Amino acid sequence: MRLLKLVPDDTNIQFLKWRNIAMAISFVSIVLSIVLVAVRGLNLGVDFVGGQSVRVEFTQAMPSIDVIREKVDAIGLGEPTIQQFGSDKAVSVRTALPEGDKAAADRAGKQLVQGIQKAFPTAKTGSVETVSGKVSDELIRTGALSLALAMLGISIYIWVRFEWQFGVGALFALFHDVTLTFGFFALTQMQFDLNIVAALLTIIGYSLNDTIVVFDRVRENLKKYRKMEIIPLLDLSLNETLSRTVMTSLSMLIALTMLLVFGPDVIFGFTAAMLLGIFIGTYSSIYMSAPILVWLKVGPDSFVPRTSAASAGAERIERKDDGAVV
Amino acid sequence: MLDFPRWKTIGISIILVLGIVFSIPSFVPERITQNLPGFLQAKVNLGLDLAGGSHLLLEADVADLQKTQLANMEKTVRTAMRGERGPDDDIAIGELSTAGGKISFLVRDQSKLDAARDRLFSETQGAGMTGQRDWSIDIVDTTRIVMTPTAAGQRQAIANAMDTARDIIDKRVNALGTREPTIIRQGDDRIVVQVPGLQDPQQLKDLIGKTARLEFRMVDPNADPNEAAAGRAPVGSEIVPYAEGASAGAPFEVLRRQVMISGEQLINAQQSYDPQSGQPVVTIRFDSGGSATFAKVTAQNVGKRFAMVLDGKVLSAPSINEPILGGSAQISGSFSVASANNLAISLRSGALPVKMTVVEERTVTPELGKDSIRKGAIAGIIATVAVLVLMMVVYGRFGIYACIALFFNIFLIIATMAAFNATLTLPGIAGFVLTIGAAVDANVLINERIREELKRGRRVFQAVELGYSEASRAIFDANVTNVIAAALMFWFGSGPIKGFAVVLTIGIVTSVFTAVTVTRLFAARWLHAKRPTSINI
Repeated sequence: MRLLKLVPDDTNIQFLKWRNIAMAISFVSIVLSIVLVAVRGLNLGVDFVGGQSVRVEFTQAMPSIDVIREKVDAIGLGEPTIQQFGSDKAVSVRTALPEGDKAAADRAGKQLVQGIQKAFPTAKTGSVETVSGKVSDELIRTGALSLALAMLGISIYIWVRFEWQFGVGALFALFHDVTLTFGFFALTQMQFDLNIVAALLTIIGYSLNDTIVVFDRVRENLKKYRKMEIIPLLDLSLNETLSRTVMTSLSMLIALTMLLVFGPDVIFGFTAAMLLGIFIGTYSSIYMSAPILVWLKVGPDSFVPRTSAASAGAERIERKDDGAVV
Repeated sequence: MLDFPRWKTIGISIILVLGIVFSIPSFVPERITQNLPGFLQAKVNLGLDLAGGSHLLLEADVADLQKTQLANMEKTVRTAMRGERGPDDDIAIGELSTAGGKISFLVRDQSKLDAARDRLFSETQGAGMTGQRDWSIDIVDTTRIVMTPTAAGQRQAIANAMDTARDIIDKRVNALGTREPTIIRQGDDRIVVQVPGLQDPQQLKDLIGKTARLEFRMVDPNADPNEAAAGRAPVGSEIVPYAEGASAGAPFEVLRRQVMISGEQLINAQQSYDPQSGQPVVTIRFDSGGSATFAKVTAQNVGKRFAMVLDGKVLSAPSINEPILGGSAQISGSFSVASANNLAISLRSGALPVKMTVVEERTVTPELGKDSIRKGAIAGIIATVAVLVLMMVVYGRFGIYACIALFFNIFLIIATMAAFNATLTLPGIAGFVLTIGAAVDANVLINERIREELKRGRRVFQAVELGYSEASRAIFDANVTNVIAAALMFWFGSGPIKGFAVVLTIGIVTSVFTAVTVTRLFAARWLHAKRPTSINI
């Protein structure tokens, strides 16, 4: 039986030729994402802003979002946020919690559910979530902290295992991935909650896996081809690992698409984030972490003992300055 | 790398078999697992987001606790200054202030200052293992004594109160009769309550919100009903209303102010049936001190009535038919099974030592949870099959090895989670997906490397050997970084992130084992048996 080869044997794509354009695109995307998050903001779930949210599922045709908003507004708990939720017959209704008074906050949950049941007798309500402001503040803090520490811890490990340039490269790639995912959520206004933080962490894990595979090959080739220029060497490493990159990404894409199409609607946002993350993560290991190695002047001497490296290194950097460096 | 001594092969096989055996309980329904031996009972718990149920996060009102403690210490100080041996033993004190969370008072006779301090010192306690007392006692201006709660003492007090509160909430929630509630302390001043299957958290909140204070008091037999109806009670007595729906007759009772037995002395209260009439009754039992008091009081008051008062509301006021000497009494009346049960629960649940408020609440309907599991399982199976087909089409025999290893990996993750009693949540499933992805990736890395080495003209044995050894480095680095990330998430993250981290950590270990070691064993056995000169990969 002839086996399928996703990438032909003699593939030789000059990835790094496009690195400046790619970097520019990445830079613009990062800036755009930050602007989007700043201007449009994230549609934060109750996990992060506090308040209460109820999932409402309509057994018959769903009324328009405006009708639902109007009816829920009439309950008198303030302007609600209504959002389609995965399937086309379910929405999540979110309102703020009355400030201060604990008993009032307690009543509000009942009020909301009963109000919705009265307005839409055929609808089913489920999944009530109430998070107080204090807890949501903590969830933001611990979520952000674990995200930041995970990125930092990983970069330090890569620094120790490889060289500091690799650590910086990985950190930039991760920063790129996380920022773009945030931008995606600001753009689509999909609800951003704790589950999405878990998705972000998964994206980081995946992107990193990719980056390390490339880095490992770069390290190996740096030792093997000591005379090769850094750019052809990176291109070689990327091409050598390309069939693996394609195969793994394809597996993940297939798995996630299945989850997106057939999976439960509660994880729709989660799966969508991951799907996007696979693209971004694969892209960033090729066009974020690798070019950074060029700029940070990684050379064959990065992996030989320091003493003999000093003089040879200086010369090599000199040569690179003529051509490749931006 | 392709040599597997016999002990290694046997060891690997044992681990794989154990993985399958211990993951069985998580797949089969409970009625089957019940018949299995004890070591096969452990199964993966489903988180509330999958199983449905209610989750409450309660926070203690620490300020309120400190206020109560200050008030208690004030009482203690006054009692201690009064002395035990009559008026001569008294230490006269001036105005006592509790401003700023401290107790401060003037000792009128300066010569008794030291004696006063000694008496107070014996009222303070060591704060845990810190070597500190719970209150510090200082003499200011040679006339005043100032008592300040120490930080260690306050921490200890909160910890004690939280332990008690946890136990009481546990008792109350268990009284609901739901399946396997989880009640655990979180941080310094919080308690997590999770009740699978519970739909209406209001019932749970009502139960928890109660700050029950239970007392047993005598009904004043001399009270004039007309006077009482007008709101006047005899000296030493007071009018106490009935709890909602607890009385068929008058809406109140006139009770002696003196508390006969306090709720702490009640050990148990249970709904049962009267052996003669078959009517539902409530059986209560006191501890030894309570039994003695109860025996004395009932012996003196046959024919009279006593009342059980919970939070200033009368629950029931039965007559004393005979002296109750054994410490165990039966309360009969016009109970239904439900009302008897309710009274028993109210009596059992006791008082919370500190006010608790709900700061986070989540309820998932079981239908939604079931739907999530069903769809998740379908999607998971389709996704797995698709990936397996891809692996086989691309890598042939080595792809099949990877697929078998992947199945073992799934079993091992589930078995390990069951052994640690871990909970699978939606984010946990995400962690699952990531580890499966990492396992597939490990095999992709190895197989691609084997292809490469073959292309370079290496012989089959050498190519496979190099494929494993060269790819292992990247696999190792990738997994160690993931473990670092998972560990940080576990330490600093909250709920869902923790669930993700647990599955990720377990999955990383098992996936390296199956994707690298197990497939290598398969490959080695095949190569040694067939000694092929070329392989299709």
